[in-house]
Amino acid sequence: MKINTIPVLTAIALFLLSFSCSEDNSPTSEFDPSEKGSLSVEFDNVVGNRNLQLGGQQNYTNAAGETFSVDIFDYYISNIILTDKNNNQYIVPQDSSYFLIQESERASQEITLHNIPAGNYTSITFTIGVDSLRNTMDVGRRTGALDPATGMYWAWNSGYIFLKLEGKSAQAPDDAGGKYRYHIGGFGGMTEPTINNIKTVTCSFGSSVATVRTAITPTIHMLADVMKLFNGSTTLSIAQNPTVMFAPFSVNIADNYSHMFNVDHIHND
Amino acid sequence: MLIAMLQQQRAHVQRGISLWRTGWIGVAFAMCIVLLSGCQDDEPVPTVVEDIRFVQPANFPAPAYNFAANPVTNAGFELGRTLFYDGILSRDGSISCGSCHQQASGFTHHGHDVSHGIDDKLGTRNSPPVMNMAWQPVFMWDGGVHDLDLFPIAPIENPVEMDEKLENILRKLRSSPAYPGMFQRAFGSEEITTSRLLKALSQFMVMCVSSNSRYDSFVRGEGVQLTEPELRGRELFSHKCASCHSGELFTDFSFRNNGVSTATSKDKGRSIITLNAQDDYTFKVPSLRNVAVTSPYMHDGRFYTLDEVMDHYAGGVNDLPTLDPLLRSGAQTGIALTTEEKQLIITFLSTLTDDTFLRDKKLAAH
Repeated sequence: MKINTIPVLTAIALFLLSFSCSEDNSPTSEFDPSEKGSLSVEFDNVVGNRNLQLGGQQNYTNAAGETFSVDIFDYYISNIILTDKNNNQYIVPQDSSYFLIQESERASQEITLHNIPAGNYTSITFTIGVDSLRNTMDVGRRTGALDPATGMYWAWNSGYIFLKLEGKSAQAPDDAGGKYRYHIGGFGGMTEPTINNIKTVTCSFGSSVATVRTAITPTIHMLADVMKLFNGSTTLSIAQNPTVMFAPFSVNIADNYSHMFNVDHIHND
Repeated sequence: MLIAMLQQQRAHVQRGISLWRTGWIGVAFAMCIVLLSGCQDDEPVPTVVEDIRFVQPANFPAPAYNFAANPVTNAGFELGRTLFYDGILSRDGSISCGSCHQQASGFTHHGHDVSHGIDDKLGTRNSPPVMNMAWQPVFMWDGGVHDLDLFPIAPIENPVEMDEKLENILRKLRSSPAYPGMFQRAFGSEEITTSRLLKALSQFMVMCVSSNSRYDSFVRGEGVQLTEPELRGRELFSHKCASCHSGELFTDFSFRNNGVSTATSKDKGRSIITLNAQDDYTFKVPSLRNVAVTSPYMHDGRFYTLDEVMDHYAGGVNDLPTLDPLLRSGAQTGIALTTEEKQLIITFLSTLTDDTFLRDKKLAAH
C-alpha cells in the first residue's frame, strides 16, 4: 500500500498542476471578471486537538502543566483582506470588516463576506483586534460589533479589548479566586505611545483554493487554538500571571495568540 | 443582481408612496388642528425655540468638544439632564451621576475624600467636577478617556460606582414609559442606542459651563471690581501657581506629580494609562474654578481645606523621582509662601466661585 502512495500522489499533483496551469492560461473562461460572490469563514475554537467547551471540569492542560477550564473566549477579527493566486488583493470595505467572535454565541462564529469579486483565493489576512482609527472614532460610528455595549471595551482607558479569555484553574492563586483572566488590548495610545497589541496575521489556504463565484460561496474552516495562547514563545503560567490586562506582559500573550489561527479545510459549495 | 436592484427600487417606490400617504394624512391632521384651534382662542402657534445653546464665553478659548458631531438641542439637553439625575444608569437604581456630582458643590461630592458608590463601596479617587467639560482634551485624573462621549461608560461600569452594563441600561430605557418619547424628541426616532445615550449625556455636560464668577466679570470688564486683597492674591497666584493652573480654565491639562505623599496611596495615576514609569504618581492638573466649594482636594481628597493645600505646597511637598520640576529648586521643594501670601491666594481663589452656575435651575434635577 505504502509503496503505491507516492505515484498516486504524484499523479494527483500533476493533475492539479495541469488543471491550475490551464486555468491560468484562460482565466476568463472560468468566471466573468465582474462576477461577485460571497465567502464565509467559520471560526472553530479548539483547545489543542479538542473542541472548546465552555465551563465544566478543568480538562485542559497547558505546557506549564496547569489544568484549566474556559468560561469566556471572545475576540475581534477585522480588516480582512483576501489574496488570490496571482497575488491580487481584495480588501473588504471597512464598514463591513469588523466581527466579534464569541464562543458563547454560535451565530457569531461564522462570518460571511459579501460582494467579493469572483476569484481563486489562496490566503486570508486579518487583524486580531481593532485598528487604532476605530479605537478613536466618534461614538456615533461605533455600531454593531464595535458598540461599546458588547462588553469588549475598556471604559477607564478608552479602547477595545481585542481578546478576552477567562476561566478557572486549580493553579490560579487564591487571591485571584481560582480564576484566570486575560483581557488583551492596547492600540498604541491616544496622546502618548503605549503598548500596541494590534496583530495582523495571514493564513494560507495551503494547497486549497477558495473559489468565489456567484454560485459558489466557499466556507473557510478556521481553527483558533486556545492552547497556543498559553504555549508559544512565552510559556504562560496561570499561577504566575493569573490576571493580565493592560500591562506590559500582555505583549507576550498577544504574540502567542497571533499564532493560534490555522485554516483546516475549505468547502467550495 | 438585477432582480435585487429591481426589488430595491420597488421598495423605494413603495416607501415613497407610503411617505406621500403619511404626508397627506399629516397635512389633513394639521388642517384639522388649525380649524379646531381656530374655533377656540387665538393662541399663538407654538414654535420650538432652541434656548439651550452652547456659547463660548468671551474670555475663554475655543472648546475642544466636537459640537458638529453632536449639536446641543433643547430636547437633547433635557434628555441628558434626565439621564444624569436618574439612578436607572446604575445596577440597582440607587446611584445617579448626580449622586457624586452635586451642583451646589460644583458638581463634585462635597465632604467626601473618595466617593461611595453602589452598596456603599468606596472608590479610590476624589470625584472631579462636571464643569467646563467642553474644553477638556482628556478626562479622569489619569486622562484615560479621550472623548467626553465615551466618558460616562467609566463610572457606569465601575464595580464600585454604578456597576451596570450599557447593554442593561439600553434594555431598561427601551422598556421605560418615558424614555422612548424623549429619545424621539431628541434624535428623531424612538431608537435607543449606545451612541444616543452617550451623546445626550454629553449635551447636558457640555452645558455645565462655569464662566460667571466675580473674577470673570472683572476680567471681562463688566463693572465688577476685585478688592485690594483679591488683586494682591491674583498677583501672587500668577507668579506662584499659574504655571500649571494656567489660562482662563485655570489648568494646562498636563499631568504632574505635585508631591503628595505616597505613604497612604498606592495610586500611580497617569502611568496606569501610559505604562511609563516617568508618569508615576502624576495626575491631571485640576481647574480651580469653584475651588472654594469643591472640598476636599487632591486626587484622593486628602486635604479638606484650602489652608491644608497651601501648607502642602509651602512645606509638605514630598521629593519623589517624578516630582514636577516646577516644585523643585535646587535641594528645596515646594513653593515659597508666607502665611499672609497663602491667605491672599485663598482670597483670590474665592473670586472664582460662580453662584450663577452653582444655582442655575437649568442644570438642576427636574
